[in-house]
Amino acid sequence: MLTDRDQALLGGEFGPAAAMAMRIVTRMAGIAKATRLIDVTHAHIDSSIYVGDAGLEFAERLAGLGARVVVESSLNVSGVDEHHWQEWPVAPEWASKAHRQMIAYRAMGCTETWTCAPYQTQARPSFGQQIAWGESNAIVFANSVIGARTERYPDLYDICAAITGRVPDVGLHTDAGRRGEILITLDRVPHALQERDEFYPVLGFVLGRLAEDHIPVVEGLTVTPTDDQLKALGASAASSGAVALFHLVGITPEAPTRADAFGGRTPIATHRVGMTELNEARAQLSTSDDAPVDLVLLGSPHFSIDEFRQLAPLLKDRRKADSVEFLVTTSRIMRTLAADSGMLRDLEAFGGRLTVDTCVLATPMLPPSIKTIMTNSGKYAYYVPGLLDRQVVYGSLADCVESAQRGRVIRDDSAWRQS
Amino acid sequence: MTNVSTVPTSEVVVGGEATGRLVVSPAPLSFWGGYDSATGEVIDRRHPLSGQRIAGCVLALPWTRGSSTTTAVLLEAVRRGTAPAAILLPASDTFIALASVVAHELYGRGFPVLVVEPSALTGLDGTVVHLTSQTAPRP
Repeated sequence: MLTDRDQALLGGEFGPAAAMAMRIVTRMAGIAKATRLIDVTHAHIDSSIYVGDAGLEFAERLAGLGARVVVESSLNVSGVDEHHWQEWPVAPEWASKAHRQMIAYRAMGCTETWTCAPYQTQARPSFGQQIAWGESNAIVFANSVIGARTERYPDLYDICAAITGRVPDVGLHTDAGRRGEILITLDRVPHALQERDEFYPVLGFVLGRLAEDHIPVVEGLTVTPTDDQLKALGASAASSGAVALFHLVGITPEAPTRADAFGGRTPIATHRVGMTELNEARAQLSTSDDAPVDLVLLGSPHFSIDEFRQLAPLLKDRRKADSVEFLVTTSRIMRTLAADSGMLRDLEAFGGRLTVDTCVLATPMLPPSIKTIMTNSGKYAYYVPGLLDRQVVYGSLADCVESAQRGRVIRDDSAWRQS
Repeated sequence: MTNVSTVPTSEVVVGGEATGRLVVSPAPLSFWGGYDSATGEVIDRRHPLSGQRIAGCVLALPWTRGSSTTTAVLLEAVRRGTAPAAILLPASDTFIALASVVAHELYGRGFPVLVVEPSALTGLDGTVVHLTSQTAPRP
């Protein structure tokens, strides 16, 4: 099952770091009952997130042994905004360790994208490309929207795949592993709601809950969602469930028809989703609804240039309330693009701020005075209560801007009313 | 020892032995955003085990949800001594298995990851159980 090169990697002929990475890959191949390994041509490294000394020791062990990636490898968010962390109450000890972790992955030859939305940068893979990606929202986007092929690679595994260029030939890397398993039919969901961005995180939340770790196939969408809407859908589904691939019939590349999506098999379960289920899910994305808002938070996954374009006109000639922070989390490249097109000026005039390289879930940057957070992101809404121990309110982008201006939760529910 | 039930192992994912109080989770868990590696407490406020400390317990999960960072949090829990004594699953799981594989690589210790038939756990939630790497034939 192992090639001569695989054996040489294991035997240390490519150095001790490659041997360590290969030991882990082959051990995991055995656990996955793989009969062979295959090549990957791109990796996205989620191991860059600092969550404690163990991940740092792992990174520094590999880097110290001379590890180098052998495929183009983009980096996910880190644990600190490298050049701006001092603008926030980030503990220096945290910043220093998170920064050491950044340095370790830089030393291994990874590309410094520092983003959880690599598919909106030059790191976007192509249809059918075999890749090893970490970061749940990036995995689901690459598989579903692009048709690239990656398993759900957890932290520590993605870098081993990047150092060896090898992964077990199982699951989502194979044709058989990509067929739909459960059918979700949208039932009388108004076209007007489907056109709105705020629909997709909610649909994703329902999808994750229903699909669990199966591959869902969704039928009944009457619109063709934008990349950002699909990004929001996937991020939410990969938070509430373990969704690594979804098919939207007539929309995503491996699902021109329902029969294609299921590859000839019959669904193991069928669910109808109507306005009742969607409204329930929308309610579950919030833990509070009438408190004053302390922080309006946008950008999980990282804000794209198109999202900046949508935001800019909403901010025109307005200013946030003094009691509210307004924060957008994004990547260095999107910040540059937004600055070049003048949109950062609009954000600054409104009183908004930017954080790059990381996000509020991955770096402890928020002061204790922030108790209630409002967001248009299903992923932020999902993780804020547990990771940050704060209240969260889910609303549309326009709701978020309106609430920031007034200093309290304003939500336009009209699109969600049941006729 | 009295009142320790031995639970039959169907398949060994990462080998080892463990004894501890069994916590059967009715819902999947993402360790990132769901588990505090400093205390061993479940912190996902939407999870049925929210607020419970499961460090040193034998944890039975239906599957793992969510984030890719789950593995790093579990590895950190091993380093700090706040990991579960063993994790039981109805089928093998990469995220959980990898944490133990890397812990063995880095620290020379991990935790057993074992496939157990869910029916073998009936009535044992909250009691002390013992597991080994010796597999029993599936019923």
